[in-house]
Amino acid sequence: MDRAQVDTTIRSLIEPFNKKGVAIEDSTSFANDLEFDSLTVMDFVAAIEDEFDIIISMNQQAEIENYGQLVDAVTKMATDK
Amino acid sequence: MSEGISQADRPAVLEGEGRDLFSKFDPLIAMREGLLAGGVEDPFNLVMEKVLSPTRAICNGRETILLGTYNYMGMTFDRDVIEAGKQALTEFGSGTTGSRVLNGTYQGHKEVERALCEFYAMDHAMVFSTGYQANLGIISTIAGKGDYIVLDIDSHASIWDGCKLGDAEIVPFKHNDIEAMEKRLRRIPEGAGKLVILEGVYSMLGDIAPLKEMVAVAKRHGAMVLVDEAHSMGFIGHHGRGVAEDQGCLEDVDFVIGTFSKSVGTVGGFCVSNHPKFEILRLVCRPYVFTASLPPSVVATAAMSIRKLMHGSNKRAHLWENSKTLHQGLKALGFQLGTDEPQSAIIAVIMPDLERGAMMWEALIKGGLYVNLARPPATPANMTLLRCSLCAEHTEQEVQTILGIFEQAGKAIGII
Repeated sequence: MDRAQVDTTIRSLIEPFNKKGVAIEDSTSFANDLEFDSLTVMDFVAAIEDEFDIIISMNQQAEIENYGQLVDAVTKMATDK
Repeated sequence: MSEGISQADRPAVLEGEGRDLFSKFDPLIAMREGLLAGGVEDPFNLVMEKVLSPTRAICNGRETILLGTYNYMGMTFDRDVIEAGKQALTEFGSGTTGSRVLNGTYQGHKEVERALCEFYAMDHAMVFSTGYQANLGIISTIAGKGDYIVLDIDSHASIWDGCKLGDAEIVPFKHNDIEAMEKRLRRIPEGAGKLVILEGVYSMLGDIAPLKEMVAVAKRHGAMVLVDEAHSMGFIGHHGRGVAEDQGCLEDVDFVIGTFSKSVGTVGGFCVSNHPKFEILRLVCRPYVFTASLPPSVVATAAMSIRKLMHGSNKRAHLWENSKTLHQGLKALGFQLGTDEPQSAIIAVIMPDLERGAMMWEALIKGGLYVNLARPPATPANMTLLRCSLCAEHTEQEVQTILGIFEQAGKAIGII
């Protein structure tokens, strides 16, 4: 799966969590722009994990601050699987 | 004389003036001040001037029924327990001044570990200075780099801190969700070590875990299982061994974590296990090694209390009655509760928001009743809770009095 496909899939997965309809760019940050709290993060991460059948541990999540980094990380995990 | 000299100093305003390492606490300080500005008695600054019994104290000058302690089995004033403590204090002194692995292991420490082995019918027991340190130590030591910890998102802070102290990969799942847990276990790379961490009773809402199913799933995926039974010991299960005993899966639990600061009635923490190599942990577990051991009087009171709890079935039955009566009564009054049925000795009353929660807490304390006010981030889903924890020493009459105080306060604040 290439980065563009991963991007499209995650864009649709994020919709229900993007309550304020923030425009999603690679630089969009989860904590500041999207204001995700810890429970939202868990549900959002679970949705991605289930979709791609991967694990994104909290240690890996700590390295991911914005949307672009998430797409990069998932692309890599989905390819390495 | 130049003009400049007669002018007063005008130091440039520095960027970040007045900011230091404490600035990160400003929002919390502001929230607290806002809450107290309304004249509310500070829920986090209560002083018990005199403790009359496991269920009564003088708090801020008023005689108060205690409904927010973890003294589930009411052992704190048990005559034999106090006598054991006094004797140890006289014979062994006030403290050990040393680590368990150096000069801090006395006869009493071995005796309380023996009492725990008998209580749980397990081979090994290791006693820590607090329950917090038991989780911190065991979790961070057994799950290392490359291993995976799969845990419930509503786990206690000591479990999260144990994860943080170690180097394992941390994978949380939705509270009590068996399928979510199973999916995560299934995706762990082959060959990696796996530890599943669960709690018997989750202390915020007082709900229990479906341990039988969850432990079976964990075992099917080759994971070791650690269950924190802090809030169930002494009360739940035929022998008071906890939720795992009650659901018939204790044999498949690799590590039970518990505490002396709840049903046992003193302070300290422990882990019991049947693992054949368990004893090595005494040498490698840093929160066990690098701290002073419990005072002799504390381990003596704990050992006596644990032995008495083995025969506490009448008290257990009375505590269940109290829990049922309070749950039914609060529900009938129209309060929103954390669980549909009483599942433990904790009954959580859900408040509409922090402000009304604090007002309700104050109305209760003025009416002579102490409960815990719990607020985010300690609570799930940002809830404000009034947590009631019952004691086997609360009489039937006391539970009725408690319901009366709740009714009056709830109507005054407009919650019911």
